[in-house]
Amino acid sequence: MKQMTMIQALQQAMDGLLQSDGGVVILGEDVGKNGGVFRATDHLQEKYGEQRVIDTPLAESGIIATATGLALNGMKPLAEIQFLGFIYPAYDQMMTHVSRIRSRTLSKYTVPLVIRAPYGGGVRAPEIHSDSTEALFTHMPGLKVVVPSTPYDAKGLLIAAMQDPDPVLFLEPIRSYRSTRGEVPEEMYEVPLGEPALRREGDDVTLIGWGAMMPILLEAAERLSEEAIQCEVIDVRTLYPFEPELIIQSVKKTSRAVVVHEAQLTSGFGAEISSQIQEEAFLYLRSPVARVASYDVPYPFFAMEQDYLPSVDKVMQAVRETMTY
Amino acid sequence: MKTNYPLFQLMNERGEKIQEGTYGQMEKERAKRFYEQMMRARLFDRQAIHLQRQGRLGTYVPYEGQEAAQVGSLTALDKQDWIFPSYREHGGLIATGAKMESVLLYWGGHPVGSIPDERRKVFAPAIPIATQIPQAAGVAWASKLQEKEEVTIVYFGDGATSEGDFHEGMNFASVYQVPLVLFNQNNGYAISVPITKQMNSETIAQKAVAYDMPSVRVDGNDVFAVYEVTKRAVEHARSGQGPMLIEAVTWRKGAHTTADDPAKYREPHEGEAFVDPVERLTLYLKQEGWWDEEWAATIEREVLEEIERAIDEVERYPKPDASVLFDHVYATLPSSLERQKRQFIERGGRA
Repeated sequence: MKQMTMIQALQQAMDGLLQSDGGVVILGEDVGKNGGVFRATDHLQEKYGEQRVIDTPLAESGIIATATGLALNGMKPLAEIQFLGFIYPAYDQMMTHVSRIRSRTLSKYTVPLVIRAPYGGGVRAPEIHSDSTEALFTHMPGLKVVVPSTPYDAKGLLIAAMQDPDPVLFLEPIRSYRSTRGEVPEEMYEVPLGEPALRREGDDVTLIGWGAMMPILLEAAERLSEEAIQCEVIDVRTLYPFEPELIIQSVKKTSRAVVVHEAQLTSGFGAEISSQIQEEAFLYLRSPVARVASYDVPYPFFAMEQDYLPSVDKVMQAVRETMTY
Repeated sequence: MKTNYPLFQLMNERGEKIQEGTYGQMEKERAKRFYEQMMRARLFDRQAIHLQRQGRLGTYVPYEGQEAAQVGSLTALDKQDWIFPSYREHGGLIATGAKMESVLLYWGGHPVGSIPDERRKVFAPAIPIATQIPQAAGVAWASKLQEKEEVTIVYFGDGATSEGDFHEGMNFASVYQVPLVLFNQNNGYAISVPITKQMNSETIAQKAVAYDMPSVRVDGNDVFAVYEVTKRAVEHARSGQGPMLIEAVTWRKGAHTTADDPAKYREPHEGEAFVDPVERLTLYLKQEGWWDEEWAATIEREVLEEIERAIDEVERYPKPDASVLFDHVYATLPSSLERQKRQFIERGGRA
C-alpha cells in the first residue's frame, strides 16, 4: 500500500469524491487555481473545472451560507475555511442555521454540508492562524465535529463525512499535514463517524486526545513504557456528538485517565470528557482525571508557542502524577 | 440619488391608474383577487394580535401596511420558485396559500409551524437578520449549476441592509450571476431605529450599483407596481441575466412585534404620507366601478370564519412530544441523545 502524508490523503479523497459524484462541489478561498494554501485541493480545478472547484470571494459567512443553500437545493458542497481562526464570521450561520435547519423543519430540510478547516498550532504561524477552538463547535446540536489524526483516517473520515446526511465540521491538524505519513489505500473507503479509535493498549492509565495531540500521546506512551507504565491511548476522532463508551470502558480497566488537548484548559472539550468519566466510572477511579491543556490565555505569538502547547514531557509528567496520586 | 431611483407606481395615492400594467394585473378579475388576498392577510394579522393579547399566542410579528408589498411580489412567482422569508412575510404567504393553522402554530411555539407548506418551496422564516440572503444566493446558485428553471426570492427589511450578510449575499449573487430576486421591504424602521439612522444613503436601491446589479425602487403600497417589478425581476433572473434588487417602500403601521410599543420612538403623524395599501386598492376598485359592498362583506365574513376554524384546530393541537425534540437533531439518533430522550420521558416528558 502506498505511504502518503495527510495532505496527500485528503487530496486523494477529494479527487475521488469529485470523480464519483457529479453533485460534489468544492468551494472556498484559494481552493481553485492555487490548490488551497496547503495544497489540499491541488490540481483539482484543472481536472474538474471551475464549476466544480470554485474560488469564492473572501467572505467566510458568505461561503458557509451559500454552501448551505447549495446543500438545500440538491448539491453536495464541501466548503473550505482557510484556517479555523478565520471561521468566526461564519459562526452565526453555523450556530443559527446550519446546525438547526433539520430540527426546526422536522427534517423537511436538511444540510448535507462538510466544512473543512485546518486548525491548531506548532508551526510558527502568524497570529490567529493557530487557533484550536473546536470546543466552540461542540455546543451546536445538529452539527458533527470530526478530527482525524492519521492519513488513513483523514481520507476515510472525509469520505464518510461527505456521505453523512448532516453537516460536519472537519478539522484538520495543520501540524500533522506533512509530518504524519501512513499507508492509505488507493480506493475509496469510509472510516465511520462517531467511533473513537484505540491506538495503543495498556493497563495502567488511559490517555485521551485527538488531532495533532495523538503523535504526542503515542510518544509519551512509548517512553513511559520504559518506566514500566503501560498507557492505553484513545483517539476520540469524533468530538461531537460525543460517544464516550470506549473511553469509559478503558478507564474502568485502567482506573486512571489523562485528557490532552491543545485548546485552552477552561471549558475545553477535555472538561466534558473528564466529567463523563467521573459520572460513568467514579468508583473505578484511583486518581482524579487529569487534563493537560494550554493556558487560559489567547494563543500566543509563536515565539512562545512551544511553552504554551502540551508536549510529550508535560503529558509524561501528568501521567506520573496520576500514577502516584 | 433619489432622482436616479424614482418611485415606480402604476396607481397613485388616490388609487388612480397612472399607467397600465404589462401583465394584465390591473384588470377587473386580477385586481379583485388582489383585494381578496390582501384582506385575507390583513384580517389574519388583526386576529393574531387579539390572540396574543389574550395570551393564546406567543410574541407575534404583525405586518399591517405591508400587504401589497408581500402579495404583489409573492404572486409574481411560479410554482417551482424558492421563497426565503424573513419573519414578517407570513401575511403574503397566507394570502397565497400557506395554511393559517401552520402560521398560528409557529407563533404559538409549536415546531410543526415551521414546516414549510407542501405545495411550494418556502424556507422556514429567518429570525436572525439578513442570514437568509446569502443562503438564498446559494439556493439560486444550485439552480443555475443544475440548470433548473427556478428563481429564488429572498425577503428582508431595511435594517438587514446594514448587516454583512446582506453585502456578502449581494456579492455572491452578483459574482455567480445567480437567478435571485432580492426583495427589500423598506418599512421605515428597524424596531425603533429609523432608516435615516440606519444608513447615510438616500435609497436602498442604489446599493446594487456596487454589485453591478440592476435595481428598482417601487411604491410598496401599490400592489400593481410591486407585481410588475417583481415579475420583471423574476423574468430577468429566469432568463439567465442574473440577480436583481427591489426596494419596496412601505410603512409598518403597527409595532415591530407584539412586545414592542412604537409610541416610544415614533411620532403619531409619521407615516401619514403612506396611504394604506388596502384602502388604495379599494379606491382603485371604486374608480373603476368594480367595487361591490356585498362582495367585500362576504370576503370579510368568510375569511373571519376560516380564521376561527384555524384557531379552533390549533387550540386542540396536541403538545409536541419527545420525538419532536430529539428525533430531528440528526438523521440518526446518536446514543448520547438516545439516553437523554429516555431521561426526558422518565422525567414526565410526553413520549
